[in-house]
Amino acid sequence: MARYESLLDAVGGTPLVGLPRLSPSPDVRLWAKLEDRNPTGSIKDRPVLAMIEEAERSGALTPGCTILEPTSGNTGIALAMAAKLKGYGLVCVMPENTSAERKQLLQAYGARIVFSPAAGGSNQAVARAKELAEQNPDWVMLYQYGNAANAGAHYSGTGPELLKDLPTITHFVAGLGTTGTLVGTGRYLREHKPDVQVVAAEPRYGELVYGLRNLDEGFVPELYDETVLTGRYSVGSYDALRRTRQLLEVEGIFAGISTGAILHAALAVAEKAVARGEAADIAFVVADAGWKYLSTGAYAGTLDEASARLDGHLWA
Amino acid sequence: MAVTVSIPTILRTHTGGQKSVEAKGSTLAEVIEDLEANHGGLKARLVKEGSLHRFVNVYVNDEDVRFAGGLEAAVKDGDTVTILPAVAGG
Repeated sequence: MARYESLLDAVGGTPLVGLPRLSPSPDVRLWAKLEDRNPTGSIKDRPVLAMIEEAERSGALTPGCTILEPTSGNTGIALAMAAKLKGYGLVCVMPENTSAERKQLLQAYGARIVFSPAAGGSNQAVARAKELAEQNPDWVMLYQYGNAANAGAHYSGTGPELLKDLPTITHFVAGLGTTGTLVGTGRYLREHKPDVQVVAAEPRYGELVYGLRNLDEGFVPELYDETVLTGRYSVGSYDALRRTRQLLEVEGIFAGISTGAILHAALAVAEKAVARGEAADIAFVVADAGWKYLSTGAYAGTLDEASARLDGHLWA
Repeated sequence: MAVTVSIPTILRTHTGGQKSVEAKGSTLAEVIEDLEANHGGLKARLVKEGSLHRFVNVYVNDEDVRFAGGLEAAVKDGDTVTILPAVAGG
């Protein structure tokens, strides 16, 4: 179906595209789920719409309310669009080391941004948002890290779409942030095909982002369910950029940097299948397109230069 | 069996500020024992009640050890072991 009553109705139903040039063999195939085809250009439209609708159903969110959320970007942009169409205010708490495009997009939608310190990454944004929630009890924090509707959107959307389009799926690879995509999609897939491998690609940032004062400031999202996953890779900015460029050069897909990290893990999984002589249908997520990262220089100059420029930035 | 262990900023007080150190062992547990012998105090920061600290992630060649046997995960000569605190994404 290509006709929708409004932009909000056009969330999900994204294409799954084969990658014949990147796939290592006819028996080990890679498939890209193009989540940049959502209304605000990222996979986050799915959880955001689900969290808002659930809050409306429960009565937590009523007309004229202000929504508060810690986000490094895409969730905020999705929220800003939905809040605009549904008549809510929006305050985003965002680490100061995210790309200029994200800030500009949020401002264009009329969202208010509260910046949190770069050191400590999104941990600090989460902590700041929790403080603001206490100080402003009438604001509604959807809290993507612990909101069951986040994983639920993938359990009822992303998972069934993948299984329908690729019944032979053997592996699902996605980025690990709130953990909602992996936990929700992975749970659905494994309930229907218990042998499906669910593999996380986690961004490894520059040291600044890990600048916690002590280990007890660490953070594991409440949604995280380790039992759904079968593997987890840590991918640095150099490899993420290398794969982002490779995806563009070889298959023509202009993706954001986190997708490069996901592709890196998907290719590692593919190589293992080839080495074992096993057939595999590996689906991975293209979380967003590259537009929002042009100002970071990710697509220009040498990989070493681009990687150095990204050091200290949150690119996923 | 020498491996290179990458130490996060927050734990470098135990390594005299060194970003990476060498260690020996054929499992992660043995590597951590060897680290403790040369850089006292590290083990208590990494291991709580017989398993990895909840907010510590350890990767052998970029793969999370929690999916490869945890403390019993195999390491071999030349591997890179990366220790990182758990931080939020999204």
